Amino acid sequence: MLWRNTWRKFVNYFMFSMTGLCALVTVGVLFFILGYLVWNGGSSLSWTFLTHLPTPVGEPGGGMANAIVGSAKLLLLASAFGIPIGFLGGVYLAEFGGRSFPFVVRYTADLLNGVPSIVMGIFAYTIVVLPMKHFSALAGGLALGVMMIPIAVRSTEEALRTVPLVLREGALALGASKWKTVATVVVPAARKGIVTGIILDIARVAGETAPLLFTAFSNRFWSPGWNQPTASLPVMVYTYAISPYEDWHKQAWAAGLVLLTLVLVANVAARLSVSGRSAH
Amino acid sequence: MASIPIPPGRAAAKRRARPFIQGLRSGDTFAHVFTLLCAASILLVTVALVQQLYVNSTGALHKFGFGFLTGRTWDPVSGDFGALPFIYGTLVTSALALLVAVPLGVGAAIFLSELAPTRISNAMTFVIELLAAVPSVIYGLLGIFILVPFLRQYGEPFLKRTLGFLPLFQGPMYGVGMLAGGLVLAIMVVPFIISLSREVLLAVPVEQREAALGLGATKWESTWQVVVPYARIGIMASIFLALARALGETMAVTMVIGNDPRISSSLFAPGYTIAAVIANEFAEATGDLHLQALIELGLVLFALTIVINGLARIAIIFTTQKGSGH
Amino acid sequence: MTTWDAGGTTMVKQESRPAQSVGPTVAAEGVKMRVSGLDFYYGPKQALFGINLHILTNRITALIGPSGCGKSTFLRTLNRMYETVPHARAEGEILFDNEDLLSMDPVALRRRVGMVFQRPNPFPKSIFDNIAYGLRVNGTHSWAALQEKVEKSLRRAVLWDEVKDQLHKSAYALSGGQQQRLCIARALAVDPEVLLLDEPCSALDPIATAKIEELLYSLQGQCTLTIVTHNMQQAARVADFTGFFLLGKLIEYNKTEIIFKTPAKKETEDYITGRFG
Repeated sequence: MLWRNTWRKFVNYFMFSMTGLCALVTVGVLFFILGYLVWNGGSSLSWTFLTHLPTPVGEPGGGMANAIVGSAKLLLLASAFGIPIGFLGGVYLAEFGGRSFPFVVRYTADLLNGVPSIVMGIFAYTIVVLPMKHFSALAGGLALGVMMIPIAVRSTEEALRTVPLVLREGALALGASKWKTVATVVVPAARKGIVTGIILDIARVAGETAPLLFTAFSNRFWSPGWNQPTASLPVMVYTYAISPYEDWHKQAWAAGLVLLTLVLVANVAARLSVSGRSAH
Repeated sequence: MASIPIPPGRAAAKRRARPFIQGLRSGDTFAHVFTLLCAASILLVTVALVQQLYVNSTGALHKFGFGFLTGRTWDPVSGDFGALPFIYGTLVTSALALLVAVPLGVGAAIFLSELAPTRISNAMTFVIELLAAVPSVIYGLLGIFILVPFLRQYGEPFLKRTLGFLPLFQGPMYGVGMLAGGLVLAIMVVPFIISLSREVLLAVPVEQREAALGLGATKWESTWQVVVPYARIGIMASIFLALARALGETMAVTMVIGNDPRISSSLFAPGYTIAAVIANEFAEATGDLHLQALIELGLVLFALTIVINGLARIAIIFTTQKGSGH
Repeated sequence: MTTWDAGGTTMVKQESRPAQSVGPTVAAEGVKMRVSGLDFYYGPKQALFGINLHILTNRITALIGPSGCGKSTFLRTLNRMYETVPHARAEGEILFDNEDLLSMDPVALRRRVGMVFQRPNPFPKSIFDNIAYGLRVNGTHSWAALQEKVEKSLRRAVLWDEVKDQLHKSAYALSGGQQQRLCIARALAVDPEVLLLDEPCSALDPIATAKIEELLYSLQGQCTLTIVTHNMQQAARVADFTGFFLLGKLIEYNKTEIIFKTPAKKETEDYITGRFG
């Protein structure tokens, strides 16, 4: 009996140590990733990198300015398309909807969220690239924008739901119509959560590479307008990383560092602001 | 009483008609309809997606039929397209990923929900959720330049020495291959398992734990034999979601898997996944049939992930109803 | 008095209520709201049974009764606030200045019938913007007009002196009692004909409560007030008329002195003397 108890105690201690190890390993990976990127990418990060166009292989002084601008353009387009629709859809689910239709929409939004991003790329390809017969920022923006919609819908809905009923009743009692109540009281009250959701949404699609591979494609030069193939940061990371050139590998690290920094900063800022709110 | 009573039917009908006109005047009807259309756009997009995938792959669908799923050759030159190598690669890498990620993830979730003090648990969870936000291509970067050389020099030789009697660990060791693909997927998928499993475990009522402890169980016994089984549906759902995610992962996998459409019994061998071949060949597809075959692959991937996600979501809905009255 | 449920399928006959429960005889012009045979349902469950009541113009009417007796439910029918709850419906008749309240445009109704809630619910805006909200929503945009009306409402709510230098601070910086007076000012800003107050002091301390009762007293003659309270002393202090609710029925309704000194029904007497509730 005593031996059995000792064994059980040992198992207890051992198993929990193992689980702690699991947690530590997972956490350690993030710091490892960050550390390695900073170490490898930091050295290649320079003003040249951020402001110059790519140069032919072997020539020094190349940069990724066009990719940085290209990513910004694509995200702008995607946001202009995805955020208003997603936001208003979220407003519907939280304020106007009934039982069954909102359920179907929510469920489908979650499913759409789980569709691999490369399939979204195919979708944008069939809708924009095939008719236009060439790659364009428009196609890339559409692919990313469509990905943004389900996320925006859910995060907006959740943010709006946190606004207490009494606030709505207070506005209605003053003679405001329903849409005025939503627009002038409920949405402003939930704005922090809504903005956080949007930032996380943008950060999520900012890192997407697959859907851009055959929509926006890539470009070694500036791509003015919306009709041309456009370079983007994630695609450049990919292209340079799988190339056989050492110089390009270095640039891939630098680009990866820039990309990861932007994504992580957005995520950390957004999540911290939300958790701060729930504290009061 | 004061006024003449209005017959109930008429009064009720009057009251039903008025709100519609009032709604029009106050703008509420318009707002309702407009926001409804935006919400409905999700359904529209989904339908359009399926339709486009189908319509743009009809040629391939009709030419190969179900043989597409069992065909072993993928030859753009001769126009013979079979999906089996990619399905194989996708399934093997995902299975390997789950094999590594599930114990790691569920273990970490148990630690974070049962053992760690709240502040540490929250801090670690915060970091782990940041991992989920890291773009795929960054994982790929680390995969190519750190994981692959490591596997080639140390990892695979070690496995060959110790477990080389299994066909899984035989053959030439390139570093790139299914093993690398599976491992990269594992680390990408772990945060999802941890995040969701931890939530589900935390939702298990405290009375369950207390009941076990009250009967003299150790904390581990109470956790493993009572709490985890109570939360098993939610944990299963998190595994399903992780699987769906792994199936569709593109960039990190294509950077480390070797991109060779062969079916091999060894994990050291290069392979190919559905997502990877689409990523590599789509932009330069030769001819309509090639493109349609690739789109058909996309359709297969889509169907696979929708089904798995759909089941997982239903399971989640059931668990959240079963738990607290939310 | 017969009532029908919404589908027009079942008839429930009730005995006609004797004149007592309607209240004291008053000239017809003095009646702001005339409630006849009001039934209220949350889904299949009936919460109010055949309420008959006159609310008199520019007088203070109090509604008392134990928890769950339906007085708040009744109050919320008067500005149709129940419409935010799915499956809630009212049957019967309410005349508001001889207009059918239950089929009016609810937005127009709520401009004329304001409400103050149990717990203060100021918007997450500045003090000024809280009060100006009702004005802006109803079409007033001129800065001068807004400023004038905001000051007037804050004075009526006896809050002006305390906040006149902080109008642009967040409403949440105020104390509970001040927030509730802010909500009253906000409701008064749109010059409602009727003001409904749903246990306005239940979340406040005695000093804040006293201030609000003073405020209500000062509004006498300017506005029709209907106040739900579970505090009988408050009703006795403040109201001209009092109605006693029990289990969804209006048991008795009369001048406050009569209700408290010589109630006609035994249930009223039991409640007043504290035998239950």
